[in-house]
Amino acid sequence: MAAALEVQGLEVVARNAEGVETPIVRDASFALAPGEVLALIGESGSGKTTIALALLGYARPGCRIAQGSIRLGETEVLALSARALRDLRGRRVSYVAQSAAAAFNPARSIMWQVTEMALLHGIASRQEAEAMAVALFRALALPEPERVGDRYPHQVSGGQLQRLMAAMALIAEPELVVLDEPTTALDVTTQIEVLRAFKAVLRARGASAVYVSHDLAVVAQIADRIVVLRDGVIRETGPTGQILSAPAHPYTKSLVAAAAPVPRGAAAPPEAPPLLVVEGLVAGYGRGGRDGMPAVPVLREVDFAIRRGSSLGVIGESGSGKSTLARVIAGLLPMARGSITLDGQPLPAAIGQRTPDQLRRIQLVFQSADTALNPRRSVARILGRPIEFFHGAKGAERDRRVRRLLDLVQLPAAAADRLPGELSGGQKQRVNLARALAAEPDLILCDEVTSALDTVVGAAILDLMDGLRRELGLSTMFISHDLHTVRSVCDEVMVLYAGQRVEAGSRRAIQAAPWHPYTGLLIASVPELRPGWLEERGTVSAPPDRAGPACCTFFPRCPLRQPGQCDVVPPPVQHLAKGSAILCHRSEAELLAGAEPATAEPLV
Amino acid sequence: MKLLASRLRRIPIGGLFGGAIVLFWIAMVLLGARVAPHDAGEIVDMDVFLPASAQFPFGTDYLGRDMLSRVLHGARYTVGIALAAALIASGSGLILGMVAAVRRGWLDAVLSRALDTLISIPSKMFALIVVAAFGSSIPVLVLMAGTIYTPGAYRIARSLAVGVGAQDFVRVAEARGEGTGFIVREEILPNIIGPVLADFGLRFVFIVLLLAGMSFLGLGIQPPNADWGSLVRENMAGLYEGAPAVLMPALAIASLTIGMNLAIDALGGRDALGGRRRSGEAG
Repeated sequence: MAAALEVQGLEVVARNAEGVETPIVRDASFALAPGEVLALIGESGSGKTTIALALLGYARPGCRIAQGSIRLGETEVLALSARALRDLRGRRVSYVAQSAAAAFNPARSIMWQVTEMALLHGIASRQEAEAMAVALFRALALPEPERVGDRYPHQVSGGQLQRLMAAMALIAEPELVVLDEPTTALDVTTQIEVLRAFKAVLRARGASAVYVSHDLAVVAQIADRIVVLRDGVIRETGPTGQILSAPAHPYTKSLVAAAAPVPRGAAAPPEAPPLLVVEGLVAGYGRGGRDGMPAVPVLREVDFAIRRGSSLGVIGESGSGKSTLARVIAGLLPMARGSITLDGQPLPAAIGQRTPDQLRRIQLVFQSADTALNPRRSVARILGRPIEFFHGAKGAERDRRVRRLLDLVQLPAAAADRLPGELSGGQKQRVNLARALAAEPDLILCDEVTSALDTVVGAAILDLMDGLRRELGLSTMFISHDLHTVRSVCDEVMVLYAGQRVEAGSRRAIQAAPWHPYTGLLIASVPELRPGWLEERGTVSAPPDRAGPACCTFFPRCPLRQPGQCDVVPPPVQHLAKGSAILCHRSEAELLAGAEPATAEPLV
Repeated sequence: MKLLASRLRRIPIGGLFGGAIVLFWIAMVLLGARVAPHDAGEIVDMDVFLPASAQFPFGTDYLGRDMLSRVLHGARYTVGIALAAALIASGSGLILGMVAAVRRGWLDAVLSRALDTLISIPSKMFALIVVAAFGSSIPVLVLMAGTIYTPGAYRIARSLAVGVGAQDFVRVAEARGEGTGFIVREEILPNIIGPVLADFGLRFVFIVLLLAGMSFLGLGIQPPNADWGSLVRENMAGLYEGAPAVLMPALAIASLTIGMNLAIDALGGRDALGGRRRSGEAG
């Protein structure tokens, strides 16, 4: 059988500010059989997106395809004129980008955008194209396939938009689909549905696909073969099963190892007095009503405590209120009701009312070091400011402390004179962390600190944080959407759903059934590092389009819901024998019986 | 020195050329009166509207005064007043805009609406009314032009500052308990200075043109002093003879505005959060 795609000795070069060209992809060769799904896997900067774009005959500005050959069927893509390339793109090769939200035009209806490609290439009349689109919507398991096309991009959810983008790419029935991290920005529960839809539709149409990702577990579900990239060079190519079970290259081995979580911290929280106690916390946006409830409540009646030296993990999907929780504790968003106590002292709601010492004791570390560090200030100045501000150290004493901080987060002293833009993602995140440490806080609030990082770099940051926590006796609140991360670094875990604490318990307690149905859903949605996992998983109910009823917020998605009770009576707090507290009507035995089969291997 | 040289080399040639013109005229603000061959009011020849010659490179004006000297003396008014007014407009616009962006709330609402009101008055009409009410003097002209162009500078600075203010590093500074002054000076200003400088240049050009227009109408600088706009007006009669007296001040205005625009273009390549845009880069 002739290969659907054959790439030979591809080299892509990038020009830097001085005009010197350096290769970013070197001598890449691989082939793809018709109907096969090939994954390109690697860290950021490994050249995976560059190769994916080259398949469309495209190089990003500043880059150039220097040599090599890309044969699509009988066509040599790199030899085509600009005009011929236009015919090729969309028609024979199509592209699904990471962010569907950015790829859709907000001013046009979805149907208009999905059928555009077919009309542009003149392969169907408007009516035919719309019929094809509806068929695709159905194949991609979109709700209301007849009518979803009339909506505008902001009227559908992120997961639906990502599937609509796949419909856009498939409408012209291309031979090859290039998918560039299409599920990376999605929640785990949404990711499953999107992956399932992609896989089904690719198989049904017999299209070949190149799937670009950094996530081995996701790739394991969808790819037939995997190409492992690092620094623009292909390190290993092989069938999915072989790459996962018997990786040959040391780099592949480290990737497979990093995908399995390493437990850090203690299984049980240390016996220490609570540092931070939060009771009945209500916060949100908009003017408050007479009862103190904000117009748009984001957090409702949240209670928890963080002990000195322990680490609390907060997990939930996007929109669950987890980032808002960090902002409320830091005082950036004053709470509407409830109380926060720090070391027995009540903490005022707003920053303006807190004393400098209270501000010093709680520090916030943001997700993206790119936006959390002022791009026009040197690392020394970024770290020096909190030292000056909180501790009054100046001149040589301040410089000495900056050096010590850099040493603490394992950065060379020379990093002090750099601007953030001159550092790598992992280094920036270390500076971000060092700035929080500069205040010598008691509690650090970490908001998704590793989600923007590659697996290996993220694991190093987690190790560093765990070491620092022990060394300095810090407490941390670790916010993440990634269950693996939270389970591997935290002593205690709190699960938020729609602003409510639906489950809280020690790490050990969270690992064993029974769970709150939502926790169960989250745990069962994390892809496992083995092919076939996706097929074994049952369907997951996606987040509802509209907010649920006022009682149990999880009611519309709950597999164990009891109409007549759960949607009428607010669920009570229930203490389970394993040591965690959940917000549910169901008894422990019912939860245990109804839980998804626990396939996750125990961590400890 | 080496650093400066390498920085200069990265500026496009048009930007260097424009910058040189602007610097030349600014130097003439300070030195114009000293390097001019004659006094501004001195009648050097009985013949009026003389063509350019070695003795009088810009010819003579309608009273037989040396045009080169008149133009050099005029730089002080045209460039000096415009510079002062642009500094007032961009400076107050920048400070108010940044403070409004950081503080938000009622302060932002009051400032924004007040300046919106000002922006809704046509600038030429506003200028004419002010001059009619207070007479034409240098302080009135500077304050008038500065006031007219403040709202535009405020709008630009505020929207840039709101963009930077949405970044997490500003949240971090707020959570640390930093005051508005620190956030504005250390976190926001360094990240918006490039576009703000470009906007300053643009405002300067607008003010030069506004003042030239006022003087041309006879409402700007009053005789015996003359800025370039009034020089054009005085010598209008020479237009039919093709006298350089009417062309030279107009060319001086053109060279100043074109030079400033070239210099701005070289600066304007910086976006709000640093980093030069490379040509052809998407987005």
